[in-house]
Amino acid sequence: MSIRERLSGNEAAATAMKQINPDVVAAFPITPSTEIPQYFSTFVDNGVVDTEFVAVESEHSAMSACIGAEAAGARAMTATSANGLSLMWEMIYIASSLRLPIVLSLVNRAVSGPLNIHCDHSDAMGVRDAGWIMLFSENNQEAYDNLLMAHRIAENENVQLPLMVCQDGFITSHSIENIQLEEDEEVKKFVGTYKPKHYLLNDKEPIAVGPLDLQGFLFEHKAQQAEAMKNAKDVILKVSEDFEKWTGRHYGLFEEYMLEDAEIAIVCINSTAGTTKFVIDNLRKQGVKAGLLKLRVFRPFPSTEIAKALSHLKAVAVLDRADSLNAIGGALYSDITSSMYTENVHVPMVNYVYGLGGRDTKSTDIESVFNDLQEIVKTNKVENPYRYLGLRKEEK
Amino acid sequence: MTNINSSTPMEKLTIGGDIYEAGNARDFKTGDWRSIRPVFNVEKCKQCGLCFPVCPENAIPVGKEDLKRKDFNYDYCKGCGVCAKVCPFGAITMVEEGE
Repeated sequence: MSIRERLSGNEAAATAMKQINPDVVAAFPITPSTEIPQYFSTFVDNGVVDTEFVAVESEHSAMSACIGAEAAGARAMTATSANGLSLMWEMIYIASSLRLPIVLSLVNRAVSGPLNIHCDHSDAMGVRDAGWIMLFSENNQEAYDNLLMAHRIAENENVQLPLMVCQDGFITSHSIENIQLEEDEEVKKFVGTYKPKHYLLNDKEPIAVGPLDLQGFLFEHKAQQAEAMKNAKDVILKVSEDFEKWTGRHYGLFEEYMLEDAEIAIVCINSTAGTTKFVIDNLRKQGVKAGLLKLRVFRPFPSTEIAKALSHLKAVAVLDRADSLNAIGGALYSDITSSMYTENVHVPMVNYVYGLGGRDTKSTDIESVFNDLQEIVKTNKVENPYRYLGLRKEEK
Repeated sequence: MTNINSSTPMEKLTIGGDIYEAGNARDFKTGDWRSIRPVFNVEKCKQCGLCFPVCPENAIPVGKEDLKRKDFNYDYCKGCGVCAKVCPFGAITMVEEGE
């Protein structure tokens, strides 16, 4: 039986971690993810988990401790945001290349500077090519559910990659919403125990982890990582299927909201999808065939599936909550346009960089995007596909 | 495991280059890294036993029966010179490779 509760996104993540009861949690506080290790340390103090909590002196050490623990054969978790993830940068690559299925709760926040503590996706987008599986969550429920599925995906023998579950800083992490929690025992059963094939503390098999990997080998080891990332797609779908059988909550690679018969659509990730659904409901009442593709699995990138799901549309807007500052558009836009090109699908497409540094994205902003899309359909012209949403500019 | 070499296909490599076998340093002859070489002068050696415990590569063999050190094992000696430094009798001298 599911338990009805109301929790913030951070409480939801901490609750998932409590139920998973990992062997090691090493974390350093940083806004807006601070509450996750804070709540978790009270669970440790109260003896409701068996976890060894390592109060490290930096995020670099947090990730390093997780790497050591995971290589030793333990299940390790951590949480961070923005500059905390930046400080982990070096170890983020070590974790994935050593194929250690660490699970990280990333509460998305703008990477400074200028100094800012509010939501955008520049932290996640900065590590998008680091070899981590990346799941995004619209609300507290999805942050919780993604974490419950995380270990079974990451630890699968065909995958063995670290995984991060993202949610929007403050917008999701600090707002309290209804949530369905699962029973402790049921979670324990679903998540299972971690049984790595090779691990450092196995006295029957002395091993070396992370040896020097020069010209003759690193290339092949990277290709192995790429192969594992491709394998992850099917594993995510399989685990999500099992999760649905258990909880009744459906998860795919992405969610299609009113997309099937839509003529225009928005693609976005995390909490903005909620605002977009609200706008779509209103537009539908006015007879506008608007839809949404909300991406859940960003790494591995479901390119074929996305190209197919968008192929019937007359115009698409991709929303990026991080600017790539590359003069062509955001990361999500780049991945989607190249997916479409590769699949030989051409749909007029525009990119909006929005919500940087926690700028509110209101329903009127989303409406303006759908208006622009209707204009594109009417004129069949896309002028300047690299745009901003909600930016102050001098009137011309 | 030790059969892995630079022509092994990616499917046959362990993940992350992990090594699932202990004691395999023997399989990698690192003597060719050496730029200076220790030369053992058996006349000056008093068999005091100070040199072989400090060798990081275990490249100074010691007789199992007579417990005496023998000449260097140049397959593994990297030429660090620690042995020459600790020898109180000047029985080990470092010379440039190729001389």
